[in-house]
Amino acid sequence: MSNKPKKPSKFKENIKNIFLYLSRYLIMIVIVLVIFGLILVISGKNPLQSYHDIFAYTFGGWYGFSEVIVSMTPLLLTALAVAIPSRLGLINVGGEGQLYIGASFATWGALTFSNLPAWALIPLMILLGILGGALWAFLPGLFRSLGYVNETISTLLLNSIAPKIVAFLVFGFWHSPMDTNKTANFVAQARLPKLFNSRIDISFVIALLLLAAYWYIMRYSRWGLEMRAIGGNSQAAKRNGIPLSKYWIIMMCVGGAIAGLAGMAQVSGYFGVLLVNFSRGYGFMGFLISWLSFGDPIGILITTFIVSVVMTGGNLLQLTSGIPYAAVNILLALTLFVVLSRPVIFKRKTA
Amino acid sequence: MSLLSILGVLSSAIFSGTSLLYSTLGETIHQRSGIVNLGLEGVMLISASSGFAFTALTGRPYLGVLVAAIAGGIVNLIFGYLVINRKANQLASGLALMFFGFGASALIGKSSVGMKIYPLPRLSLPWIANLDVLYSSLFKFDLLIYLAIPAAFCVWWLLFKTRWGLGLRAVGENADAAYASGRNPMRIRFQALLLGGMLAGLGAAHLSIAYTMSWSEHMTAGRGFIAVALVIFSKWHPLRAIGGALLFSGAVAFQLLLQSSGVKVSPFLLDTIPYILTLLILIIWGGTRKNAAPAGLGRVYYGGQK
Repeated sequence: MSNKPKKPSKFKENIKNIFLYLSRYLIMIVIVLVIFGLILVISGKNPLQSYHDIFAYTFGGWYGFSEVIVSMTPLLLTALAVAIPSRLGLINVGGEGQLYIGASFATWGALTFSNLPAWALIPLMILLGILGGALWAFLPGLFRSLGYVNETISTLLLNSIAPKIVAFLVFGFWHSPMDTNKTANFVAQARLPKLFNSRIDISFVIALLLLAAYWYIMRYSRWGLEMRAIGGNSQAAKRNGIPLSKYWIIMMCVGGAIAGLAGMAQVSGYFGVLLVNFSRGYGFMGFLISWLSFGDPIGILITTFIVSVVMTGGNLLQLTSGIPYAAVNILLALTLFVVLSRPVIFKRKTA
Repeated sequence: MSLLSILGVLSSAIFSGTSLLYSTLGETIHQRSGIVNLGLEGVMLISASSGFAFTALTGRPYLGVLVAAIAGGIVNLIFGYLVINRKANQLASGLALMFFGFGASALIGKSSVGMKIYPLPRLSLPWIANLDVLYSSLFKFDLLIYLAIPAAFCVWWLLFKTRWGLGLRAVGENADAAYASGRNPMRIRFQALLLGGMLAGLGAAHLSIAYTMSWSEHMTAGRGFIAVALVIFSKWHPLRAIGGALLFSGAVAFQLLLQSSGVKVSPFLLDTIPYILTLLILIIWGGTRKNAAPAGLGRVYYGGQK
């Protein structure tokens, strides 16, 4: 409730407050576990066993942990895709659509130039993915800067359009002889290299590098300063000669490009094939992560990790005890509800 | 193309637009009180699935509609707890609610996938019943369709002609000022969310119980988002929402016409028409919308705690 800087004289009080908040947090985590446990009981599963399984799987061994990292990759990227425009006060809800378009552009590259060697094909696909995502974000940015329509609503609508375009392309042109709802498997040169003998691919490293670059640029560069100025008070920034519309359009494109990269990484690294409706709401989840962590790089990393643990654990439950993926969504949503309804332990900034 | 097929397209366009009108009205109410609910999609999914499951279990479609409306209201109250009591960010909470809707609706509807139900009975208007049976069967609508436009007028009356509506709009413009003049912003917002959720629930019920008569996951297919867009299109006015819903119906009709006339276009591309049209209309109508939005939209009301 108060954002005032803490004074040393209130040190004891603050400690007490933090404990109060933490205990409230703990209570709510317990609430999530209990509610979800009830859902598990209703579906005839043993909740304690399930929770134990999730924990043992994700933290108990390298394979499970590597799966957590695998599912972190697209989320880190889509969260960045939201966080960067949000520094200007732009609300990019369109990560989902940008991801799809990026994936379809990259797939076009993989299918058309499949005889190129890997050192040429993969950069090309990355470029295409970036281009596709940026294009899909350019439109909302342009509309916004022309004052036509708010980027929140235009990105939302474009989200609904993108998967249908992918479906059109796959069913119409790209599908493999066997399945109509996916392309043929990509050739080996079109697959992102894997690391550490696991399913983690190089896009995780790219995501971390981008996160670090984002932190550095926002903090130490002139662009970062100007962007923060626009985000703080766009009118004042304009009076100081910062070109608003240029920043709006460019940063939307940068965000879209990163989401497009996430799409490229999904088809080239994770699936190795373009599936119709392949994304499980990664774009939306990235939005949530970015806003939950106020666009802060470390916060993005931590929140992504938590969400990924929940998702991976949920996938495990789905495989081992036949709990539908829907239940994973519920667990995820409950977790998000708790984090959203957080006690005021973090400073409340507008992200 | 015969008159009959054109009328058939018109009839199915009315069917598909009705759910949208209800949910747009619902979103209009809570946006007027200053709350954006991007999770309308989730609310609609939960309403559609629970209404359908209830109808399938009991065989009573009207009760199913009631259940759907109540479910929508309750889900919106959960959202209200987050954004009003816990002062969470509205956009993020909305998306979390959407994920909740995906999950919960799939669980609720799991047992009723592929089940047959008694749909909402279709009632014939006297002067339509006199027509040839081919035509009259096309324009035999269910109660929810007949009530859709009156509902828009009801919402308009509520928002603009009653004391409660005045208070609600005041809260949406400036919650602190409304508080100073003796309103309770938190309570009014909860009431708005409850009512809005119930309306969205009605729309979803129409979708699953009357229109498609089935339940499948993600069956709302972005209607919740279109409803949010239509609220902006209608400049936060319930009567203009009728126009918005007609626009959507028109897009669907156009899409169906193209399909039935045998034009060789991928159905996936045709599916994008309503979204593209909504976007285009928003762009064309741009500029003039700026001052129509409630001034306090999306702002957190801190009450006396600040």
